[in-house]
Amino acid sequence: MTTTTAPTAPRALSAARTTATAARVLRQLRHDPRTIALMLLVPCLMLILLRYVFDGSPHTFDTIGASLLGVFPLITMFLVTSIATLRERTSGTLERLLAMPLGKGDLIAGYALAFGALAIVQSALATGLALWLLGLDVTGSAWLLLLVALLDALLGTALGLFVSAFAASEFQAVQFMPAVIFPQLLLCGLFTPRPDMHPALEAISDVLPMSYAVDAMNEVLRHTDVTTTFVRDVLIVAGCALLVLGLGAVTLRRRTP
Amino acid sequence: MMNITSGPPDPHPHAVRAEALTVVRGPRTVLRGLGFTVPRGRITGLLGPSGCGKSTLMRAITGTQAKVGGTLEILGLPAGHATLRSRIGYVTQAPSVYDDLTVRQNLEYFAAVLDPGRAAAERRRDHVGRAIADVDLTAHADALAGNLSGGQRSRVSLAVALLGAPELLVLDEPTVGLDPVLRRDLWNLFHHIADTRGATLLVSSHVMDEAERCHRLLLMREGEILADDTPEALRSRTGADTVEAAFLHLVDEAVAAGRAKETAR
Repeated sequence: MTTTTAPTAPRALSAARTTATAARVLRQLRHDPRTIALMLLVPCLMLILLRYVFDGSPHTFDTIGASLLGVFPLITMFLVTSIATLRERTSGTLERLLAMPLGKGDLIAGYALAFGALAIVQSALATGLALWLLGLDVTGSAWLLLLVALLDALLGTALGLFVSAFAASEFQAVQFMPAVIFPQLLLCGLFTPRPDMHPALEAISDVLPMSYAVDAMNEVLRHTDVTTTFVRDVLIVAGCALLVLGLGAVTLRRRTP
Repeated sequence: MMNITSGPPDPHPHAVRAEALTVVRGPRTVLRGLGFTVPRGRITGLLGPSGCGKSTLMRAITGTQAKVGGTLEILGLPAGHATLRSRIGYVTQAPSVYDDLTVRQNLEYFAAVLDPGRAAAERRRDHVGRAIADVDLTAHADALAGNLSGGQRSRVSLAVALLGAPELLVLDEPTVGLDPVLRRDLWNLFHHIADTRGATLLVSSHVMDEAERCHRLLLMREGEILADDTPEALRSRTGADTVEAAFLHLVDEAVAAGRAKETAR
């Protein structure tokens, strides 16, 4: 037999395969400059719009603007990931990859890495614009805003990956956005502080990860240093992202009916 | 002449060995108690009408099919074994490549999955170049897969399966939609791979004239194996001139036998 590679059992997570996957996802995006432009520019345009909607009350812009810096990356990454993984499933490339020595963790970590990198650029642009050009008044450090935004992006990637398993078409995948993201958006404290909600809704908002993302942003908005509440919120968002990524890995099956 | 070239005794003389192989998909039993072997280093054709279970059998062999019952050994290991994933090349019926990557980028990614790490970069470049040349796409190496014709895209998909010199190639209808010249070239390539690289090929088709190019044939109908023989033996056994006529003869026989069984009841 002429084999050049020794047949070894694949490990659960291989750094080389993960980075190769991330590089591949970014290469795919590079052939689609319009998507990149939309991902990077739409959040900035929304912030500019918001700034002048609240032209008369800059304080309102501070609260909502800071919260939105955490919400934008979550929504964009959710949409992009759910469509990208759905395409991977329907094009047969997922079946091909899973018939190859690629770990499920490699695939998921590769996606998270690629979209995480994009989320850093997106969040840096949006945060920079909000702080220096639109006059968003934040007490804490801009780096903490960026950290929360990145974790939100990771959570969005994780949720998108997970729900794509339940979508049979792009139509369904897009409909998961209102189903999964809108309730969180309504309950996260963006429109009214969570303690003012009906107790039942407040209880629900307590178990939704976006509430903690927005809470963390508000902590940075009001406090100069890293508060314990901020640390707790950040850990909850990160924990949820990892949990959902794990659930996403379970939905990838090597054998399908 | 039909014997496998002599060598040291191999503990696993068959590339594929199936016994009482059954596959259930939803409410339907797609494969019913199949028993057959695929010899190593040869081209075995899997022929039969659409919907007879060819693709399901191939998915079972590559370890991507759920609910597989009975015995199915691939290269001496149970189908779906983790170490088999780098030893089997699999081409699905629909080309599974990334439309928004170029031909070379597609192959580079799958090569990195098979043979990862910076140390293997040079070897990967060779493999990618050879695979693209094998399927005659060198002139289109930097074109986006999505911009290629259907036949070209299916050749990209085939090139991916050739990466890393797999011991078993499972090709589901690789010549569908190709012009006669390309079909001839691909069959020459399959023979070249079997002869020079010692690989085993399992090729499905519903075009019967391609059967003559195989060393062995598995004829399938409605989830069962109708015949497992060489093309010559099939023709002489049924007294037919072509494999197509032999197949039709065997189908008629099976239908008649089924009717006889029913009337006897």
